[in-house]
Amino acid sequence: MNWSTLPSTVRWTIAGIFALLVVASLVVRTIRRAKPDANLGELAARVRSWWVMVIVFVIAMVLSRTVSLVFFAFVSFLALKEYFSNTPVRLEDRRPLFWAYLAIPLQYYWIGIEWYGLFIIFIPVYCFLAIPIRMLVIGQTDGYLRAAATIHWGLMICVFCLSHAAFLLILRPADDVTMLAGPGLVLFLVVLTQLNDVAQYIWGKSLGKHRIVPRVSPGKTWEGFLGGAVTTTALACFLGPTLTPMTIAQSAIAGALIAVVGFFGDINLSALKRDVGIKDSGSLLPGHGGILDRVDSLTYTAPIFFHYVYYLFRWQTFGTTGG
Amino acid sequence: MHHTLRYLFFNGIARPLLLILIGLNVRRRHLLPARGPALLIANHNSHLDTLMLMLLFSSKTRRRVRPVAAADYFLKNRVLAWFATRIIGILPIERSNIGRTGSDGQRVDPLLVVTEALDREEIVILFPEGTRGDPEQLGTFQSGVAHIVRKRPRVPVTPVFIHGLGKALPRGEALLVPFFCDAFVGEPIFWTGDRASFMNKVHDCITTLAGEANRPTW
Repeated sequence: MNWSTLPSTVRWTIAGIFALLVVASLVVRTIRRAKPDANLGELAARVRSWWVMVIVFVIAMVLSRTVSLVFFAFVSFLALKEYFSNTPVRLEDRRPLFWAYLAIPLQYYWIGIEWYGLFIIFIPVYCFLAIPIRMLVIGQTDGYLRAAATIHWGLMICVFCLSHAAFLLILRPADDVTMLAGPGLVLFLVVLTQLNDVAQYIWGKSLGKHRIVPRVSPGKTWEGFLGGAVTTTALACFLGPTLTPMTIAQSAIAGALIAVVGFFGDINLSALKRDVGIKDSGSLLPGHGGILDRVDSLTYTAPIFFHYVYYLFRWQTFGTTGG
Repeated sequence: MHHTLRYLFFNGIARPLLLILIGLNVRRRHLLPARGPALLIANHNSHLDTLMLMLLFSSKTRRRVRPVAAADYFLKNRVLAWFATRIIGILPIERSNIGRTGSDGQRVDPLLVVTEALDREEIVILFPEGTRGDPEQLGTFQSGVAHIVRKRPRVPVTPVFIHGLGKALPRGEALLVPFFCDAFVGEPIFWTGDRASFMNKVHDCITTLAGEANRPTW
């Protein structure tokens, strides 16, 4: 796939995202003009980082299928590296950790050859069994369960869960294998997941009163959550029929799913950060924190939305319909 | 030094290795010395420490940056010696000369090459622990740095604390495992007038910087 072969709805959506960024930049500039002493450093950095992320994402999506898969693999690599850098790991486990990193190219290779059967069990089964074997060879039993569990949890979140977004990209409808359904589905997932974060944040900032999970994430409120969910569902009703094979009703359910599980993905990683005593997972994206801070919701929305779509339609993949 | 190959090595190999594969988080880069003579001191846990500190400088400034390294280790064979002196541009120190007396009855100064480099207005990187030591452990600081600064009291000493590289590539390991690494730069310190108080100051600075690092534990 490249820019010219992308469905026109995908191209228009990309243009719409850029328009949204221009609006965001203009808003920051206007507030600056009106209130010169307002501290907008974080917001301005956030918007600048959004520009960088959107440009990189769009380039990765339109160049070629291989570039897109390498891009998703690289996001998984950065996320896993942040995870291993911020969680307590034993120095004896350097080799098992190296094996965990090796799972990334393999997992995305299965996606590249459209081998659904292996993609779906490689990390939950084979990595789950293989990495402890590498640890057993080393033989350090102090903290064994913690170490094995820590490594597997990171692989599941950063590689397995996120890689569903990449599998979405290569999906082809079984009744029309030439149709490029993937780019529209990925765009639907990523745009709604990220806008849901933004919408929950804005609703929470303006109306937020009643905290949902004060011990995990004190900033999250019922007002923000529900406002975000309504916004995301409404947007899904518009984007779904445009970008994907879904009907309005199916799109509405997808939007609600993304809003609800995205929230849990977010606070799931908030809980991890609280446990290990950090505020941000890194400093890669000024204004946002690290890469894990940005893809936290996606770790939940990608697999859930993928399986929803996988259930709704018949798809052509190696090992399922004999591709 | 071979400046072209050095430029290619640092920008073509070291930079992608440290910035993409490992990933670097630098705090207060502006406190680094812009010109020599200057000393940069850091804790030492990995071979990558030297590469990382040198990458903190612009390509132009890096031409004047020289890391101190043990002659007995880095000059032990011709290939490594060529790489260490021509590409990295190390200042080799004879560790066996420490405390030795020369034929003229004077004590041999193993750190003479450092004062000479400072006199050439170079930026010298020194690891006061003297060795990479145990992974991610801070060893004791040798007083060689005080010896140099006493002779050149106007030279600023910039402390840097490095965290994470000892996990990525510790001593005795050839397998590199990616971890994000931190480099915390501190305010430059100057000669205090006596060795003990200067060494205390060095130690305090590095341990204060070390306190910024996130060391996750259960």
